[in-house]
Amino acid sequence: MSNGLVIKDLRVSIGDKEILKGINLTVEPGVVHAIMGPNGSGKSTLAHVISGRPGYEVTGGSITFDGHDVLEMEPEERAAVGLFLAFQYPVEIPGVTNVNFLKTAVNSLRKARGEKELDPMAFLKLLREKAKALELPEDMLKRQLNVGFSGGEKKRNEMLQMAVLAPKLAILDETDSGLDIDAIRIVAEGVNAQRSPDRAFLVITHYQRLLDYIVPDVVHVLAYGKIVETGGADLARRLEKTGYAEYTPAA
Amino acid sequence: MPSTIETVETVQELTGAYKYGFVTDIEMDMAPKGLSEDTIRYISAQKNEPEWLLEWRLKALSLWQKMEEPKWAKVDYPKIDYQDLYYYAAPKKKGDGPKSLDEVDPELLNTYEKLGIPLKEQEILAGVVAVDAVFDSVSVATTYKAKLEEKGIIFCSFSEAVHRAPELVKKYLGSVVPQSDNYFACLNSAVFSDGSFVYVPKGVRCPMELSTYFRINAQNTGQFERTLIIVEEGSYVSYLEGCTAPQRDENQLHAAVVELIALDDAEIKYSTVQNWYPGDAEGKGGIYNFVTKRGACRGKRSKISWTQVETGSAVTWKYPSCILQGDDSVGEFYSVAITNNAQQADTGTKMIHIGKNTRSTIVSKGIAAGRSDNTYRGLVRVLAGAEGARNYSQCDSLLIGDKCGAHTVPYIESRTPFSTLEHEATTARISDDQLFLCRQRGLSSEEAVALIVNGFCKEVLQNLPMEFAVEAQKLVGISLEGSVG
Ligand SMILES: Nc1ncnc2c1ncn2[C@@H]1O[C@H](COP(=O)(O)OP(=O)(O)O)[C@@H](O)[C@H]1O
Ligand SMILES: [Mg+2]
Repeated sequence: MSNGLVIKDLRVSIGDKEILKGINLTVEPGVVHAIMGPNGSGKSTLAHVISGRPGYEVTGGSITFDGHDVLEMEPEERAAVGLFLAFQYPVEIPGVTNVNFLKTAVNSLRKARGEKELDPMAFLKLLREKAKALELPEDMLKRQLNVGFSGGEKKRNEMLQMAVLAPKLAILDETDSGLDIDAIRIVAEGVNAQRSPDRAFLVITHYQRLLDYIVPDVVHVLAYGKIVETGGADLARRLEKTGYAEYTPAA
Repeated sequence: MPSTIETVETVQELTGAYKYGFVTDIEMDMAPKGLSEDTIRYISAQKNEPEWLLEWRLKALSLWQKMEEPKWAKVDYPKIDYQDLYYYAAPKKKGDGPKSLDEVDPELLNTYEKLGIPLKEQEILAGVVAVDAVFDSVSVATTYKAKLEEKGIIFCSFSEAVHRAPELVKKYLGSVVPQSDNYFACLNSAVFSDGSFVYVPKGVRCPMELSTYFRINAQNTGQFERTLIIVEEGSYVSYLEGCTAPQRDENQLHAAVVELIALDDAEIKYSTVQNWYPGDAEGKGGIYNFVTKRGACRGKRSKISWTQVETGSAVTWKYPSCILQGDDSVGEFYSVAITNNAQQADTGTKMIHIGKNTRSTIVSKGIAAGRSDNTYRGLVRVLAGAEGARNYSQCDSLLIGDKCGAHTVPYIESRTPFSTLEHEATTARISDDQLFLCRQRGLSSEEAVALIVNGFCKEVLQNLPMEFAVEAQKLVGISLEGSVG
């Protein structure tokens, strides 16, 4: 079944605090959805719950991806069915090179899917090709994962991981934050190059700027734990002018 | 490049069980149980030893009988009944002992095969490693001797060396670790069974890594290896020691002594991967590992480098040390110590600076998981004459979970104002965010831990010879199995 991501009435709490208050969202294969919203509205929470980060309590609703009951799966099982999260704050793993990390990831995923592992030569070829497309210098591949990376390098490196792992749904959590305009353009080109009928995107952003380069099919506004408005690319442009002031907490 | 995938495959292959937990069923020559003059006379007679060596052993016994078991290490284990152990076990000999592998007990070869030791001649010919395999107490086969003999290198069992190079043994035995050094070294001096001997003559670079696999077998047999490595002026040797042991329900004692001697401009690289049975998740069974390892940089500009990866044993008590006697000599200690479940390790090093401008480097990586306790204990001592001495120490601890403990106990003493001593220590925990990042990218939590810990230990692991580095990376993953989620 490839009906994409289907979220129904999702409720999520951290401690006693309800963060997501009934989210309904469907992301069909090959479609680019954007989620915009003020800081603290629950955008990262949604991304984390879809990908299985521990620490959240799902108090109601369901998430399925291509028919799989996502909430019942381990994070690595979700990765294996094609879910990818580009982190808002990528963490460092000292002593582990970028190359080694990605090779381990690629082969773990292949194994989980019952595919043969890539031999080192084939892997390196793939990696170099993707790095080149993202204008990442070759020496960054040999550096320790995210250690001493600038903000822009971290985000571009997340895009490299996405390109190499080729997910069916990529969630980008504020990949644009902290990037200058040139870096945003490179990231957007990377994403656009990967748009295809069997790859969907959920682009989370606070600013409309990124959406000038990655033009979304559908735009949602998430405010105070609820999706309060849904529209086309023009909704993002309107928000650029008006901001989020019109959205107030539900009574 | 070795990857964690291999680690995980190995883990699966093991399905949670210790891979080397099997017992070889062969006849044994046993010394009478317990420790007495008779036991020592029996061992010495079995080995056809000269009178002076028997006397040496007996002297150690009388010293030992007056000593107390040390209590200062941060390890805790049930009292050992030294009268309830066997001190000698040798595989049954056919006639005069094996002349080639064909003559070796097939059961024994089978055991090695299960352990994956490349003992078979064709495997050794394919590689560059000479194996002096020690099965329990007696060396059963030594290969590649001819090639080494060409260069005048002696690499043989300790018992053989007693007959082949008696002058060298007599001169150097106990010269680095005196009998009275400590309780366990003294016990070893009395009852040592066998071990390895290496002699590299002047101006020779040993053309291959020398490797010994130790294996503990017979039930209730204390293991008392004795290793002596002597490297003459301007020479070099790299020595590898690796261990596996079959699963046991009773704790087994292991108290080895290793002595290294480096003369002018000589270099010794000594690498260990230790994965003896650590006991089950509750800490039942497992090996007690009380080892004395010490190297003497006697010559000017000599160098001794210890690299160890300690993942096994229930209790480890081990401080490979360097005595930097020659001016400008160099001591190094690179260590990874992993404890999981109920394991306890108290390990570290001693660097004793005696000569001028002596330098030492200590890099210790301790990883604690489960309910284990992991202590780094290190001493840097600079004597009055050691002007210009330098030490750099870096001790990093990584904790997995919140029931384990990591402790760093550095002792630093300097009797000269003209020395430079630096010490850095860090403690970190594997973060949930690191684990989640790995798992989001498709790694299982075990693969993630193996990857993160291998990254943490990289500086040390990359000091190992290639053959060992791969095995060590796998061991890191295997030994931390079950430590998260
Ligand atoms: N670990 C946490 N503990 C307590 N509250 C949290 C935690 N993480 C996020 N929150 C709260 O949840 C709300 C949503 O946060 P988040 O999903 O990060 O929003 P956004 O990504 O839209 O800025 C915020 O009010 C934030 O303070
Ligand atoms: Mg956020």
